[in-house]
Parts: sequence; structure tokens; C-alpha cells
Amino acid sequence: MNITGKIFGINGPIVFVGGNQAFKMGEMVLVGRDKLVGEVIGLASGKTTIQVYEETSGLKPGDEVTGTGAAISVTLAPGIISNIFDGIERPLQEIAKQSGVFISRGVAVESLDTQKLWDVHVTVAPGDKVYGGTVIAEVPETSAILHKSMVPPDMSGTVTKVVPDGKYTINDPIVTIVDSKGTEKVLTLTQKWPIRVPRPTAKRFPSDRPLITGQRILDTLFPISKGGTAAIPGGFGTGKTMTQHQLAKWSDADIIIYIGCGERGNEMTEVLEDFSKLVDPRSGNPLLDRTTLIANTSNMPVAAREASIYTGITLAEYYRDMGYHVAIMADSTSRWAEALRELSGRLEEMPAEEGFPAYLASRLSAFYERAGFMQNLNWTEGSVSIIGAVSPQGGDFSEPVTQNTKRFVRCFWALDKSLAYARHFPAIQWLTSYSEYLTDLAPWYTKNVGEDFVECRNQILSILTQENQLNEIVKLIGSDVLPDDQKLVLEIARVIRLGFVQQNAYHPSDTYVPMAKQLKMMQTILYLYQKSKLLIDRSMPMSLLKSSSIYDKVVAIKYDVANDELEKFDDYKKLIDEFYDNIMKTNA
Amino acid sequence: MGIEYLGLSEINGPLIALEGVRDASFDEIVELTVDGNQKKIGRIVELYEDKAIIQVFQGTEDMSLFNTHTKLTGHPMEINLSPEILGRVFNGTGQPIDGLGHIIPEIKKDVNGLPLNPCRREYPRNYIKTGISAIDCLTTLIRGQKLPIFSGNGLPHDQLAAQIVKQASLGEDSTEEFAIVFAAMGVKYDVAEFFRRTFEESGASSHVVMYLNLANDPVVERLITPKVALTAAEYLAFEKGMHILVILTDMTSFAEAMREVSSSKGEIPSRKGYPGYLYSELATVYERAGIVHGCPGSVTQIPILTMPNDDITHPIPDLTGYITEGQIVLDRALYQKAIYPPISILPSLSRLMKDGIGAGYTREDHQDLANQLFSSYAHVGDVRGLASVIGEDELSPLDKQYLKFGLAMEQTFLAQGLTEDRTIIQTLDKGWELLSILPREELDRVDTKILDKYFSKKTD
Repeated sequence: MNITGKIFGINGPIVFVGGNQAFKMGEMVLVGRDKLVGEVIGLASGKTTIQVYEETSGLKPGDEVTGTGAAISVTLAPGIISNIFDGIERPLQEIAKQSGVFISRGVAVESLDTQKLWDVHVTVAPGDKVYGGTVIAEVPETSAILHKSMVPPDMSGTVTKVVPDGKYTINDPIVTIVDSKGTEKVLTLTQKWPIRVPRPTAKRFPSDRPLITGQRILDTLFPISKGGTAAIPGGFGTGKTMTQHQLAKWSDADIIIYIGCGERGNEMTEVLEDFSKLVDPRSGNPLLDRTTLIANTSNMPVAAREASIYTGITLAEYYRDMGYHVAIMADSTSRWAEALRELSGRLEEMPAEEGFPAYLASRLSAFYERAGFMQNLNWTEGSVSIIGAVSPQGGDFSEPVTQNTKRFVRCFWALDKSLAYARHFPAIQWLTSYSEYLTDLAPWYTKNVGEDFVECRNQILSILTQENQLNEIVKLIGSDVLPDDQKLVLEIARVIRLGFVQQNAYHPSDTYVPMAKQLKMMQTILYLYQKSKLLIDRSMPMSLLKSSSIYDKVVAIKYDVANDELEKFDDYKKLIDEFYDNIMKTNA
Repeated sequence: MGIEYLGLSEINGPLIALEGVRDASFDEIVELTVDGNQKKIGRIVELYEDKAIIQVFQGTEDMSLFNTHTKLTGHPMEINLSPEILGRVFNGTGQPIDGLGHIIPEIKKDVNGLPLNPCRREYPRNYIKTGISAIDCLTTLIRGQKLPIFSGNGLPHDQLAAQIVKQASLGEDSTEEFAIVFAAMGVKYDVAEFFRRTFEESGASSHVVMYLNLANDPVVERLITPKVALTAAEYLAFEKGMHILVILTDMTSFAEAMREVSSSKGEIPSRKGYPGYLYSELATVYERAGIVHGCPGSVTQIPILTMPNDDITHPIPDLTGYITEGQIVLDRALYQKAIYPPISILPSLSRLMKDGIGAGYTREDHQDLANQLFSSYAHVGDVRGLASVIGEDELSPLDKQYLKFGLAMEQTFLAQGLTEDRTIIQTLDKGWELLSILPREELDRVDTKILDKYFSKKTD
């Protein structure tokens, strides 16, 4: 028998229930005649506070609230990949079938398709000992992903019965086990997990391998590891969403969970349309075959926006447990923080900084700490990386969400308004961004990309930093009076900015660049610098050097050399040598 | 139903409290009768057991704790809709004020609307030609987009919006039906009159629906005006298959009204006294634009907002920018140089333009040209900064060319007449003409092939 209560007050998405019911904190409840989904967020003597995940128009005092006995949780089974959900794992395609183009209230839909028959291959036999995390069945979920159904983390025992391989729905019994107390338990392809509780793992590994994104400024200058955390803060129009899209398209994770948290509806449609057309460069499958979308657009209920982040990370952890590398794109965590603020305001809690609740920092840290490179309970290895966009108010990075996020992430990719205004994309400002993973990842780069990779990277960044200092002088006295060696630094920095750091997402060979080419590009630019410097040392004026087209040729490498034509870089080396010899010959 | 409650228990600003109410529901509309003759309507914004907090749209003047009769209607705010609303004028709550009588409803609709399902949306791709170079070339307006104008007091945002409305054409498939929904929130009488006259002069008034809440109309009514207007727009677009352009002015008054009501309710303020739900509320307005699968119509929004103190980081423009798909920013310094439209192109942006321009839509060189103009014009800013320190004479010859480019861009490309309607080809060609001031090596955002085809060096 489920506990029920009666509503006595309503304030926006917050509903109060009178009396002393035995509701539990975090319990999922059904509110009113339409059975709107809600969650218990506060208990006091004589008063239960509930946040409702749907529009509360039309609710009345006296309407019934029914408990479900379970915490708000997600359904984990085949059918998650390629799907699009709202913030509490309701499939939007199914909702559209029931209620048309608009999302109406109280639509009763199953999270996953319960009718669909999956090809199930059972991987355990009677007599096997199984533990939390043991894979009991494999299901080809999409062309890219093999779904591994596991024993729920809190269960173990001996297999007594299995079904033969064949076609089953997600609720058909697959394996029967008997636990140490002799209780029989039937396992299906489905398990449930509360969204606010991290799924357990065996241990955490250090972050020693990068998440390759194909974006030069990220992979080379500010890398993120698999299992790492990164924040992309930037005012509106600086390209947060664009960067997130590029990462979702090209990063070498096995699975992408894209959370559109309080963002634009058209953007989600764009992701949906683009990803079903685009092909994963590594596997040749459509990108949608490795992607799950969680869309809680800005006009959808605010409480579900708060939950969407947790729904996303729980799905990610589930796939990590199967041994996959999962990357989460959360766009944007500021909207989530604002949802917290809005709900906190409705609860009349004491506000801290800028009206945000005092628990903002602890919620943020709890979220980012769910990322990591883990050894799972079943001894496989998997990771969850989190890349969170932050939309600071007024583009000001000193506001609470950016500041608190900065404390808990190890990669900070600061987007810059003036770069965006000049349409320099990705507009990641190299002077204010940082990555703490660089030292952890250096051995991997040395071993897998090139001995000189880290050295090159440091030189590139150092030239950019020098440029910034020189620009301070230029601003005061103009560039003409600088000595030639400093003019050269400015010129090489220009080559780096235009030819290396700036990357064109719409150009077929520039949108994704493999590590080998990134290294070659750096080497070529630095070789050009070295040769030019020799010329300057022999008192050749910078104006003479600049009359050559070599600098613009090196800038255009990103377009002119395709990703699989690395041998062409030798020609560039020859060109640079010729340039050097020519100047030496004619002006000696 | 049927029951009328006599008297009130509290009046506080635009809010009234009523006790002993039975069967009231959240967000329900109530009808109030003051002194037996004056009618007002209100909305239930909070409920505690038998106590309802009601927000009165027409303000609480003349009301006392004893002279008011309250009647529950049993439903949220609804308006009457039929194709006859075209050419009519309504007040901020959707009541006709043009003296032509009531609308015979074909359908009644809840003004709160429902969120569009993202998987039933169609990604907007068709551009709308406005005939204004700065918009067509650099911040292209796309059908189904929400593109606000960020302005300041005294800047010609109304003229710009009116010019867009007059010149906006649908391109080749112009046989499709086209209409304008105009919502005024707290604007001056002159502004509303300016728009009315403009629609009349351009012969469009039979295709315009106007919802007017003027500066001296009740403040709370403003909270519902954009919702009423967008409900009408959605009806015309998604049920009647028309292409709707919605002009909302001024969104700042809408947000101010929200702050006023929030503070009367004693809510905890967040930034600058605005309530914590400002973002969500703005989103429920702005997100009501777009195109849906299997339906010929579309809703395109051009909200206008005046930035308090010209500050783009103020919460209203800031949150708006995070919701809308770009922004057109007007600049006072340009306006003082007598440049109309004074569009400050660097902070202006259209997020949807990338998929609605180029070969097949406008011309293949459009994106590259736009990128190059942005990039070069950004450099003009740096050069001007330098010139103000070391003097123009000391600049390098290249930097002097940039100054020339900047000036030409403002005077021949940005600036145009109030009635000047440029075709997209004229606009793009003008762009290339500007770039010809600069040496070819400086054009680093353009593909070499495009450059070969369109770039011609000036031979002077």
C-alpha cells in the first residue's frame, strides 16, 4: 500500500503536502489527477515539500499525492543509445506520438521500449558464481555499441537457470540466481538506479591517457584526460555550444551523453539532425549510434532541468560499468545552477552569493567527482569524462558558478569575447586557459605521438605568451619601432594563431585533425621560426623576410594538407630551406 | 463554479489575498467585480489551503476589502481565436479595443502554451531577406528564428523593426501567407502609433494583429501580453499554416513588471532585484518560435529590448542573449555619427545563419565574406585604439588602409536609407568592394578559390 497525502499549498513548481506521512527524502511521488512526477525534497513535522517535474497549472489544494516507495531513478536497459529523453528519462519521440508537437502534462510513457525484441546472447551458465557487475547477457544495441547487461551492483549469488540465446524484451526473465541466503532472484535486461547516487566501482586510476578531440588547441595546448573534467565558460555568442558540438562529434570516447540543460530547442533539433547524418570517422557508423541526448530546453519545467544533469551522469556511469569510455557534454551547468537558485528561492531558503543557495558548491563538486577513470566491479576499465559549459552572467568569470566550478575541474577552457567578435574560433583564450592534466599525460604523448611533442607544445605556448607581452608595447608605441627579432616573434605568433590555434569547424579536413598532423604542424612552424631567426641573427631585416609568401603558405597548411597526406610536410620543409637559401644568396 | 466570494482579506500592490476559497486551482483565472460595475481579471499565483493569492491584471485601484466580488472561472487564462483577428487591435489581455466588437471564437486557447517537443521541431534553414545589408550579410535572419534587437533609449530600434517588417519578403515562395503579430508592453503611445501608421502605409494592416499595453496601462497586464500575442501567433502559424513575424517591444518593461510583482509577493530577489525565475520566464516567451514537422507555417520573433544604461551585461539583455539565437546590437556612438541603422556588428550575431546561407540559399561566398568582414572590422578597432595613442600619421601603411576600410564599411555598407531595400547580391557585392581596399594577403578567412573568383583589387 502506497502512502498518500493531500496538497495544501502550491507555489510554482513547489508543492506542499500537509500532515505527517512517512514519505522518504528523495522519494518519487505522483501528484494530482494527472499524476505529475515529483520528488520529495523536504520533510518537516506536518509539512512535506515536493518539487514537481511538470507544469503545475491546474493543481488544487486537496489533490492527492501518492508515494512510489522508491527514489527518483532511471531505467537502465538496451534502448538508451540513439534515443532522446527529457530531464527525467522520458523519451521525447514517444511523447510526440501521444501528444503531438507540444509536450503536454502527465503523459504516461515508459522510459524505454518494452515491446522491442532484442537479440540476446547469454554469457553465464547455471552454476556460475556472479557478483555485482558480472555481465549476464550481451545485446547488440546499435551498430557501434554492444550492450552488456550486468548483475545490479548490490546483488550476488549462483546462477540456477538461464534462457537460451534468442529474442527477448527488456522485461523478460533472462537469468535466475540464488543468493547466499537462498533467496531466488530473477534478472532481466533491466535495472533501476537512483539518479543522485553514484554507481559503485572497484577503484580509481590516475588519469594517464588523453581524450583525443581532434581540436588542436585542446589536444595540444590544454588536453583533457579520459575520465577528466573540464569547464568551458563563456558569455553568450562565444561558441560554447559550438565547441561542445565539435567535441561530441569528434572526441574518441565510445559513447557521448549530450545534456541540453535549459538551452535552446532549435539547438537540440540541430544535434538530432546533424548526428543522424554525420559519420563517426573511426567506426564508419552514424554518430547517433553512439550518442544519447537529454533535452530539457529552457521552457521545459525547471525542476526537471535540475534533474537532467543527474539523469545524464547515471546513464554514463552505467555504460562505464560495461567497460566503455563515456564523455558527457553538459550544456549548460549554469542553467542547472539557476534551477537550483529558482527552487531554493521558492523554498524561501537563505540565499548566499548572488541569490544562489549555499549548497551550490557542494552540489557542483558532487557532480564533477562522479567523473573518473575507473576499474569497475567486473574488472573492466571504463571512464566518464565531464565537459561542462558554464554561461557566466554578463560574461564575468568572477560570478559564483564559474568560480566554484573552477575549484572542482582540472581543465579550464576560457572562451573570450574579443576572439569571438573577430570570429576566431574556437575562441579559447590561451592566456587564461589551463589544464592540470598536462604533466599526467606527458608520458603518453612522448610514447604515442612523438618524443618532442611536449617540447614543441611548450615552445608554441611560450611564443603566444611573448606575443601578448610585446602587444602591450605595440599598443603604446606602434610595431614599427620594435627590433627585428621581436617583430619576428609577432609574425610567428600570427602564424600560430591563424594556422594552428584557429580551426575551421566547417572545413572538411580542418574540422578534425589527428595528433600526428598536429605535431607535424607545430614542427613546421617552429622550423620556420628557427630558420627565420638565423636570418635575423645575420642582420637580415624583417621587411625582407616578410616579402616572402612562406608565412602565408604555412598558415594555409591546415587547408592545403589533408589529414592523410603527412608526407607533404617534407615539401614544406624544403620550401622553408629554399626561402632561407634564397635570402642568404641574394642578400649576402 | 457559480460561487462568488464577497470581500478580500488583503490587498498589497497588484496582489490580493482571498480566504475561504474552495476548489481553486493553481494558475486559474478569476473574474473580479468591483462596486458591482467595474470588471477586472486576475490570476491565482499562490495557494495555501483555502487562501489564494491573486494577481490582478488591471491593478488594484478602487478595490477595498469589502467591495469586491470574486468568481472562479475554473480554467487558466484563455483567449478567443479565429482568422478574423487579422487586422484587429486588442489590449494586453486580448480584449478588442478597436470598437469593432468581439471575436467569434473558432477556438479558445490557453495562453501559457506548452513547450515544443524538440524532436518535432524542424531546424530553421530558410533565410528572410530584410534588404538591410548589415543584417542580410552579417546577421542573417532565418525563418523560425528568435533574433532580438538590443537597443538603448533614444536609438532608432523602432524604425529598424518597422523597416524589417516592411521589407521582409519570403523569397521565391512568396505565395505563402504572411502576417505580423505585434505586441507592445509598456511602450509610449507615440511608439504604438508609429507602428500602426507604418503598417497602414505599407498596406499591411489587414495582415497585422496588434496587442497593445501602453505605458499608462496596468503594469501587471504586461506579464500576460507577450503570451497572448504568441498564442495568437502559434495559432496562425501552426493551425492556419501562415508565416508569422512577431515583434515584441519592449521586453525590458516585461521584466520590470515581473520584478514589481515579485517584490510585492515578498520573494527572495536574485540579481538586481529580479526574481530567480527571470530566465525561465523569458525562456517561456522566447522559445515560442520555430518551425514544426509537417506544418507549413512558422513563427519568427524579433523582440526589442532597451538595455538599461546601454549595459549589455544587465540581467535582461544578458539572459535574453543566452536564450535567443543571436542578437542585433545597436550602438550609440555609431548613431551619433549619423549612421542608420547603427548596428554594432561585432557583438551582433545570428546563430542560425550558418545553415541558411551559402550556395543554394544566398551565394557560395556569403559565409567566407561575412567572416572576413567581421575579422577585418575587429582589427579596425585595434588600429583606432593605436591611432588614438600614437596619432594617425604614425600608423603603418597597412594600418592606414584598415582605417580607410573601417570608415568605408560604416559609411557605405552599414549606412543605408530608411526605405533603401538592397538585394542580397547587391549587399554581397558591396562587401567585396569594401574588401578590395585591403591587400589580398590580409584576407585570411576566405577560401583561396572563393578569393580567386570574387576578389578584385582596386586599381587606384
